[in-house]
Amino acid sequence: MFSSSETDLRRTPLHARHAAAGARLVPFAGWLMPVQYTGIREEHLAVRTGAGIFDVSHMGQVETRGPDAQAFLQHLLSNDLRRLPEGGAQYSVMCNEDGGVLDDLFTYRLAECHYLTVTNAGNHERDFAWMITQAESFDVDVIDRLADFAMLAVQGPLARDLVSRLTDGALPRRMRCCQRDLARVPMLVGGTGYTGEDGVELMLEPERAPEVWDAIVAAGAVPAGLGARDTLRLEVCFHLYGNDLSESRGPIEAGLGWCCKEQTGFIGSEAIAGVRAAGPEERLEPFVIEGPGIARAGNPVIGGGEVSSGTFSPSLERGIGMAYLPVLRAPPGTRIEIDVRGTPRTAVVEKKPLYRKGN
Amino acid sequence: MAEASYPDDLLYHSEHDWARVDGDTATFGITWYAQDALGEVVFFEAPKLGAQIVKDESYTEVESVKAVSDVIAPLSGEIIEVNTALGDQPETINEDPYGEGWLIKVKLADPSEAESLMDAAAYQATLA
Repeated sequence: MFSSSETDLRRTPLHARHAAAGARLVPFAGWLMPVQYTGIREEHLAVRTGAGIFDVSHMGQVETRGPDAQAFLQHLLSNDLRRLPEGGAQYSVMCNEDGGVLDDLFTYRLAECHYLTVTNAGNHERDFAWMITQAESFDVDVIDRLADFAMLAVQGPLARDLVSRLTDGALPRRMRCCQRDLARVPMLVGGTGYTGEDGVELMLEPERAPEVWDAIVAAGAVPAGLGARDTLRLEVCFHLYGNDLSESRGPIEAGLGWCCKEQTGFIGSEAIAGVRAAGPEERLEPFVIEGPGIARAGNPVIGGGEVSSGTFSPSLERGIGMAYLPVLRAPPGTRIEIDVRGTPRTAVVEKKPLYRKGN
Repeated sequence: MAEASYPDDLLYHSEHDWARVDGDTATFGITWYAQDALGEVVFFEAPKLGAQIVKDESYTEVESVKAVSDVIAPLSGEIIEVNTALGDQPETINEDPYGEGWLIKVKLADPSEAESLMDAAAYQATLA
């Protein structure tokens, strides 16, 4: 019922910290990761009201450098790389020729011809292999850096204050990045995150991760696990690859048309332009369950559609989620019935995000 | 409740349920281990009064933020009372799994079924 094998799972450089803190460790994308420390709800609310720290060292990194770095990434990534300045961060999807989503990624531009792209743990090897295959006709070095970085996310309304007290200079604004020393450890700091709160993400040498973790926790950040990370991101309708994104669906139906600039000619752009022009048959939309009950990924929507993510929202204290819905039933305000393991539950399609400050 | 506990006056089912048998009726709930593994319970689907439940089969569900779990009947019988307070405060299952966090009371179909359940020591041995 609750057993899990811990063999063959990778451990982050902070494994001992998690174990000492009494975290519940679960397998996730081949890694043994903390799903919670004290409780998902408590950790979630700490991030919404104060500051939380997440170990996201399972996420991968791919470094791209060389004269053709920008042209190469533009060939692969859906966003307009010309709009990514040095010291900037940009979100995009990477697609196959059919416009199916291979991954959603943040790319940081470290220097003119030097980029670092963050992959999802479960996709990293496939992403890297795809990038290497596509790199043949470009003058670039594409380097797997997964093993070279620990990654921490410090998120919440107090996160920047807390981190800036430990840092040797100003923190990057949102969607920017820079090199900084934090607790005397050099690292890349990005003004990015996955919670809907302000905050930073840190990428640093794995060996130094425990001392940085300790410094940030000592400064008041609450350790938060993947459980809270999931409820936080779903409240603000951020996508989770494997749930809300997959190779069998495209970015337009996923609501990610805003980060697709088809005129740049990236792989999959023709297919995506076609869907954009014709209009998708279904759209990913958030919903809130009206009464009791919690829909989960895979629950069918009666009459067509499927829940891609579902959980209990600690902020709204309701079942929430996102579902792929036929476009006619996708407008906000539409009532849908979700088959939750045999029980129909009424939900209302809402606008993104489900949670806003001051709700 | 933070510390694991398994009261001696209860009988235990391998699917992490407990029964407090009193003559031909019994109270059911989930064990400390089950609530801890599940995490904070946020939803309890109250089963219907009068429903017949069957030993070793699911009679309702409890849900935490992350997961849903079937609740297995440790014994067979008819539901004669449901803990309706859990509708508003399902977290009581975490806070007091053997007391206020009880789930249902049952009129037992066959009290001798209880012989197949474990005592606290035997159940705890299965968790080691």
